[in-house]
Amino acid sequence: MSDTSWVIPFLLMIVKSLVLLVVLLVFIAYVLYADRKIWAAVQLRRGPNVVGPYGLFQSFADMLKFVFKEPVIPDGANKGIFLLAPFVMGMLSLAAWAVIPLSDGWAIANLNVGVLYIFAISSLSVYGVIMGGWASNSKYPFLSALRSAAQMVSYEVSIGFVIVTVLLCAGSLNLNDIVVAQDTRFGLLGWYWLPLFPMFVIFFISALAETNRPPFDLVEAESELVAGFMVEYSSTPYMIFMLAEYVAIMTMCALLTIMFFGGWLSPIPYPPFTWVPGVIWFTLKVCLFFFMFAMVKAFVPRYRYDQLMRLGWKVFLPISLFMVIVVASVLHFTGWGAGLGQ
Amino acid sequence: MLNLFDQYLPLVVFAGVAALIAGALLVAPFLVAFKAPDPEKLSAYECGFNAFDDARMKFDVRFYLVALLFIVFDLEVAFLFPWAIAFRYVGDLGFWSMIVFLAILTVGFIYEWKKGALEWD
Repeated sequence: MSDTSWVIPFLLMIVKSLVLLVVLLVFIAYVLYADRKIWAAVQLRRGPNVVGPYGLFQSFADMLKFVFKEPVIPDGANKGIFLLAPFVMGMLSLAAWAVIPLSDGWAIANLNVGVLYIFAISSLSVYGVIMGGWASNSKYPFLSALRSAAQMVSYEVSIGFVIVTVLLCAGSLNLNDIVVAQDTRFGLLGWYWLPLFPMFVIFFISALAETNRPPFDLVEAESELVAGFMVEYSSTPYMIFMLAEYVAIMTMCALLTIMFFGGWLSPIPYPPFTWVPGVIWFTLKVCLFFFMFAMVKAFVPRYRYDQLMRLGWKVFLPISLFMVIVVASVLHFTGWGAGLGQ
Repeated sequence: MLNLFDQYLPLVVFAGVAALIAGALLVAPFLVAFKAPDPEKLSAYECGFNAFDDARMKFDVRFYLVALLFIVFDLEVAFLFPWAIAFRYVGDLGFWSMIVFLAILTVGFIYEWKKGALEWD
């Protein structure tokens, strides 16, 4: 008797979410593999090459290994929070992908506050770190959690300013509209990385710091803090932290692609390049940025903590604050702002 | 209202599915993995000896300071977001009032720099 017309769309939503998440996780399995291979190649090693042809199934073997490992929860830990921390990290990092448009309109939820949503979700991941470090009730994780929380919030400020300059140019918080705003007849040269080049560089470096990637991996500085806030974790709780880190890296690569590299747009806006589906361009660009992340990991030495904080607060913050004013002034006095967007 | 619901429901569903996946991964080893706990294995990690005292010790006030500064600047970014979206509609008045706001903020920033709040040594 009741209205059941909502059932099909609702099921469709679940199926779509599941498909995106599974594709994302499989993609990340290969991103992990690529990361290890690139790192190995730079150091003239072979990298994973045992499981499957060329080691292609290494990540899946690792996952099985994690699942069958003994989960250890330390006696002194606050057990609830201890287990909640990886759950929060994993869920939040995956949830950010709901608003990422893989092609024109291909997002699970095409929010008109998409940027704000991602900004909020990535801020929340600090809680996972703090909870994990605090609940472990051990000295190393505690110190590391403090450090990494301070590091993540420091770089979030400059990321915020960079996003503001992109918003000034695009005039919308919707990720889809931000890409559409970059669709000009100049193709590659019309994307925001060129006019906003300093911001692009700042965003890239801040993204490294925000996701605790080398050279900013002070969180797991093996030489001083053993393994950072995850010291006490084992088995899948540990795996989820690592997974969340890679999902966050992918989110950052996707954000770089969308805000500065024209999302799904083809670099040369004429056939035959425009015949290639947008998803393929999007994936290629994300891979390009991940390659940059991997190369930085391979050949930049680790920063010291005081250098890291100085870079964040004394270099990036003033520059990005200044650039917000410059971009706003240019748009205001030349009147270019009025012509962009809708 | 209905439009809002249409926009955000997929988000909730997606977050739910993500939570399911994270939860399933978290629970899996507790169901299938071999367990043999002993006191040494369950003690907190320390370099080879028993932990002296509680791990939640006093920490440097600078972490607290960074958190405070973060709140100030993040709040300001939150102010800038709507301004940036409405930039082409706010005109001269909107532009100049935000410049004044940013100038005041810059004065504060210079003050905390001179005070040494950003020093880590």
